[in-house]
Amino acid sequence: MMSLHPTPGKMAAVQDGPIELDAEKETKPEILSDGSSNLSGNTGSGSLSSSPLTAAPAGGAPKMEDQQTLIAVLQFLKRNKLSESVEILRREAGLAEDQEDSQAADGSGGGKSDGDGGDANSLLSRVSIAAAAAPQSTLTPMPVKSAEDQPDVRVVLSAYSQQGDPSLYQVYYSDLKNFIESVLDCHRAELSQLFYPLFVHMYLELVYNNHENEAKAFFEKFSGDQECYYLDDLRVLCGLTKKEHMKGNEALLDFRTSRFVLRISRDSYQLLKRHLQERHNNQIWNIIQEHLYIDIFDGMPRSKGQIDSMSGSLAGEAKREANKAKVYYGLLKEPEIEVPLDDEDDEAENEEGKPKKKKTKKDSMGSKSKKQDPNAPQQNRIPLPELKDSDKLDKIMYMKESTKRIRLSPENLPSICFYTFLNAYQGLTAVDFTDDSSLLAGGFADSTVRVWSVTPKKLRKVKSAADLNLIDKESDDVLERIMDEKTASESKILHGHSGPVYGVSFSPDRNYLLSSSEDGTVRLWSLQTFTCLVGYKGHNYPVWDTQFSPFGYYFVSGGHDRVARLWATDHYQPLRIFAGHLADVTCTRFHPNSNYVATGSTDRTIRLWDVLNGNCVRIFTGHKGPIHSLAFSPNGKFLASGSTDGRVLLWDIGHGLMFGDLKGHTDTIYALKFSRDGEILASGSMDNTVRLWDSMKAFDDMETDDFTAATGHIHLPDNSQELLLGMYHSKSTPVTHLHFTRRNLLLAAGAYNSQ
Amino acid sequence: MTEREERRFAEVPRESIKLMAESTGVELSEEVAALLAEDVCYRLREATQNSSQFMRHAKRRKLSVEDFNRALRWSNTETVCGYGAQDALPFRPLKEGELFFVEDREINLVELALATNIPKGCAETMVRVNVSYLDGKGNLEPQGTVPTAVQSLSEDLLKYYQQITRAILGEDPHLMKVALLDLQSNSKIAALLPYFVYVISGVKSVSHDLDQLNRLLHMVKSLVQNPYLYLGSYVRSLVSSVMYCILEPLAASINPLNDHWTLRDYAALLLSHIFWTHGDLVSGLYHQILLSLQKVLSDPVRPLCSHYGAVVGLHALGWKAVERVLYPHLPAYWANLQAVLDDYSVSNAQVKADGHKVYGAILVAVERLLKMKALSLTLATEGGSAALPGTAAGAVGFRENSPGLSPPPEPLSEPPLGIASHLQAGGAGCPWEEWTPVSLPAMYCELYSFFGDSLAVRFSTDPPLGGAPPAGPCQPLEGRKEPASVAPNLESTRKMPQLTASMNISPRQDGSPRTEPQPPSLAATAPGRSLARSSSSSVSRSRSSSSRPGRSTSQSRDIFPKARFPPPQAGPPAFAFIIGGRQMGRRCQGRRFQTSFTPTPPLTSLPPRAYAHKLPVIGRVSKPVRRWTCSHYSLHLPL
Repeated sequence: MMSLHPTPGKMAAVQDGPIELDAEKETKPEILSDGSSNLSGNTGSGSLSSSPLTAAPAGGAPKMEDQQTLIAVLQFLKRNKLSESVEILRREAGLAEDQEDSQAADGSGGGKSDGDGGDANSLLSRVSIAAAAAPQSTLTPMPVKSAEDQPDVRVVLSAYSQQGDPSLYQVYYSDLKNFIESVLDCHRAELSQLFYPLFVHMYLELVYNNHENEAKAFFEKFSGDQECYYLDDLRVLCGLTKKEHMKGNEALLDFRTSRFVLRISRDSYQLLKRHLQERHNNQIWNIIQEHLYIDIFDGMPRSKGQIDSMSGSLAGEAKREANKAKVYYGLLKEPEIEVPLDDEDDEAENEEGKPKKKKTKKDSMGSKSKKQDPNAPQQNRIPLPELKDSDKLDKIMYMKESTKRIRLSPENLPSICFYTFLNAYQGLTAVDFTDDSSLLAGGFADSTVRVWSVTPKKLRKVKSAADLNLIDKESDDVLERIMDEKTASESKILHGHSGPVYGVSFSPDRNYLLSSSEDGTVRLWSLQTFTCLVGYKGHNYPVWDTQFSPFGYYFVSGGHDRVARLWATDHYQPLRIFAGHLADVTCTRFHPNSNYVATGSTDRTIRLWDVLNGNCVRIFTGHKGPIHSLAFSPNGKFLASGSTDGRVLLWDIGHGLMFGDLKGHTDTIYALKFSRDGEILASGSMDNTVRLWDSMKAFDDMETDDFTAATGHIHLPDNSQELLLGMYHSKSTPVTHLHFTRRNLLLAAGAYNSQ
Repeated sequence: MTEREERRFAEVPRESIKLMAESTGVELSEEVAALLAEDVCYRLREATQNSSQFMRHAKRRKLSVEDFNRALRWSNTETVCGYGAQDALPFRPLKEGELFFVEDREINLVELALATNIPKGCAETMVRVNVSYLDGKGNLEPQGTVPTAVQSLSEDLLKYYQQITRAILGEDPHLMKVALLDLQSNSKIAALLPYFVYVISGVKSVSHDLDQLNRLLHMVKSLVQNPYLYLGSYVRSLVSSVMYCILEPLAASINPLNDHWTLRDYAALLLSHIFWTHGDLVSGLYHQILLSLQKVLSDPVRPLCSHYGAVVGLHALGWKAVERVLYPHLPAYWANLQAVLDDYSVSNAQVKADGHKVYGAILVAVERLLKMKALSLTLATEGGSAALPGTAAGAVGFRENSPGLSPPPEPLSEPPLGIASHLQAGGAGCPWEEWTPVSLPAMYCELYSFFGDSLAVRFSTDPPLGGAPPAGPCQPLEGRKEPASVAPNLESTRKMPQLTASMNISPRQDGSPRTEPQPPSLAATAPGRSLARSSSSSVSRSRSSSSRPGRSTSQSRDIFPKARFPPPQAGPPAFAFIIGGRQMGRRCQGRRFQTSFTPTPPLTSLPPRAYAHKLPVIGRVSKPVRRWTCSHYSLHLPL
């Protein structure tokens, strides 16, 4: 809000970058278990509201219209009980207290009440009014009296109101273009990054100020220069020619509410700065200062390839600092599972009379888990549910199965079974397998969820309460007796949602199923009774994805409201809200140690969130399209992401670096999965293929030297073809889901598409 | 570039806006319309862009109406009225001008509501798993994730299948009747065809149970007759099941009381029916069948009942099959049969009875061969002279009606080399390429040498119309003493009707009528009886004549020399032998023998068995046959 009317010539602010960053970091959403209201509307303004706190004092003597702003800010600060800042600001701006009060009295008078959102809005709109009333203010008349249903938007947009001669925009831009094209090659690539954000902001300024024709001409002249991966955004932009349209445009708001981040070497930056100062190209300089964040680093400028591999997201690259936080990516020890497990195992197994198997198993598992991973989080960093007896039995099964696991390698590729959904006229939208591959769930566009048993064991419901009273509860096979044989069937249909089901996830214990739907709810279903247990409401908008934690109990969901939420099955409100994405959260995945959540978004970034404190600990940029699939490697160190651009990117979580770019798919990648030991990465796509990649080789080739880690400058070898181990076609079935069984058989699922 | 940019997106012209406004009664100024038009364009684009995410999350490539409606709903806009469709709407361009429209055909609701063909519900959503790539190895060709029959059995079909099979194989004859009738006419059982075919292939497991075999064969017949079923390659499977019944020494054959002969007859007829109606579905079927029949026939180790099956099978396949396979093979086979028939020991009684069966079957087969051959010669002659206008029609009618004329053209279009190699590989008695048509008289002579009078007697006289099936065994004498070598010796003791047929026009022959080297005699002991049998013995044969009036013969083309009888009456072209016979003791006129027979008496009144008349030794149990023929499911072959 402070950046509403920045004075031309404030050039010093750029060096304050780090300070600003601190401020921004503080404002990372820290909503804890007290399930707060929907954050989506406030996310942007949250970060905006804080950064100016440091920037404003740097400004020069306030002019008349600035004074109005300052007063508004003072009131805002007061309302938020930031008395110290108020004092400083007042002192620096030279405002008398009475002056401020009188100004406030002029206003609508609602500003003094306790600070809810509506109050702030009315205050802010007064700022605009005042600004418009000022004689030397902008050429454009502000829409004064319009009933503002999106006041934040107004404020955001009003930043554009200050501008220069519209006819000169083309001159400015082409001047910069000429300059950048004339500089040394090594700098050119870096400075070229400026084109796109500058272009967008200048265009929007023109549109905002009702210079429709100039805007169109500007767009036509320069849109061809932009990188091809921005084409989708440009398409949205080109339709936008009216100021009125800007208000409701989410893509635009995304662009405005976040600062476009560029990484530029100090040399290049100095070059640019000198040029702009020489030319007095204030227009561009202002935009750089207000809307861009230039992350300056020392050292060699990056090459075009390096830049391209990292750019493409809606808000530029991630700041280097954003990926510096320590991430405990190691796996949790399983001692407390194992020790009692073995004890019980002894008894159980001895009763069954096969102690042999157990012994070997204990040994293998014991040696594995005794090593404490230095990168692992504390065992109780996140409270995890205690294991039930059935869970322990399942663990035993898991261990038994894993001893029979096939070791995969490039020479020994997995067999693939394809589960084809036939006659899925309702539109298959999501699929999930249980970990033991015994159940299969499909979410459909007709709002149903269907569960199939893919083993001969049929699905049975628990008997009704009346019948349950009749059974002998003391008998050994009581668990068998409670099931109603009459209901046995191969599949069950779960009705309850009122919109397409976009995400399904089984609980690890196979007792529950989660489904997320367009109707804004996440539902928890019991697989014992095949009824809905809970409807988790909170997203209010379509929920694109949901997933159970690997330990159960927790689950995460993400949706159109741009936030991901962490829930516990026994809380009807979310425990955490992960806010920060600039567009829809399209997919959500739990880290194997359950301490982190990865989210992929339409803003073409991937974020890693700490479940403990809700912080965003990693931002990965590089995809050129919305991200639709994520997969953690079984060891927790790596993350793979697939997007609509048909590429799979590999990320090193510890260092926060991209280390692989797997090209080959020709359509959106909807499914990614690492094999049980992580040697093979399988990707499934809309292009009806499953591809297998040599992830082991990719891990080994990774550059982990200190320099790369420190600078974040990556050199990606273009070795997709070497890493591609196999490509497998289906006839006409897009691959919706992939799953490795415990023995490393690859299961793929999709709906046969007859067209 | 500007031009390209200008056409970045579709625009709604202001004229359209004005028109729309006018239609709701609002008058718009030019300015307002322009502004509105631009806004409408923008909103449309925005909604479209928003809707694309619904498409992406539904993992589709096509934007659907539903997606757009959702986008509208989430942007608080009233959705467009109408239905969202799952399928993409066909979007058609108009050739003239750049006009696109959604095809919206009118639907006649009345017709739809009153339609009798209720559309089937869509099949249930299901999951099928198949191993696509084993150990990561697989060709790069698209693999079959798509089964050929995507539509699987619905609950109803499954029930139907169970009921039908239960009814057919069950005890209740009435239920069976109903089930078979339904199977014959139901139009919705295409999906079940493989299952039924599978059931039918179970003949091999019930070869001890004649009743079950019969039921299965009836099932075949119903399937074959169902006009809604496309049998496709299942024909092969059906044929092999039927062939099994014809040829195999069934477990049921061990007991002489079991009437497996009837079963074989029925199966043979069924085979010919399948072949004549569906033979074109599988290429080379004809030759395959011939080959396997020939194999059986030439295998002396096989029991006589198998040989019998082969003969009746050949007979059912038509006279050409008989001519090509049975006739050349006869000399070799005859020795074996003779040995069996000449063995009068008690222990051989059963085998000998079987031998008589075979004998009778061969007799019937060659009889028709002779008749048909004569007929075809006549027709060829008539066709060649093109003198008679009715020939074509007659030929066509014959072609349609007779199973005996010739196989459909398709099987014969096989490359001759292939056929030859087939037959040679099979150890055929007569290599295919060496086969040359034998002239009718020569053939008759040769056959007469085998059968003697019992052949001649077939050419004696008309059957009494609807005559009651003669009771009582035939005279034992003739059957036993027919071998050619014996015939001359017995000549004096027998009544010797003389065959005095002649051929008037015979382009095949060199013009000079040949005289039979040895005029065969016509057995006159019980001519009326035997012919009555012959006319009604084989259903297929009687079928062939059913469409013709009994006695209408246009002109006689007497094949055999010394024809003394003028054509008795004119009529539609048909062929008749006039066989002059001289009987000892009394002179009588030659008997006319016709290729066209009187209409078959109703099947129920038929004598039970085709070949029952010939050999008195065979004490046939006619009871099951009667039941069979009395049932509604008698052989009614529309050949």
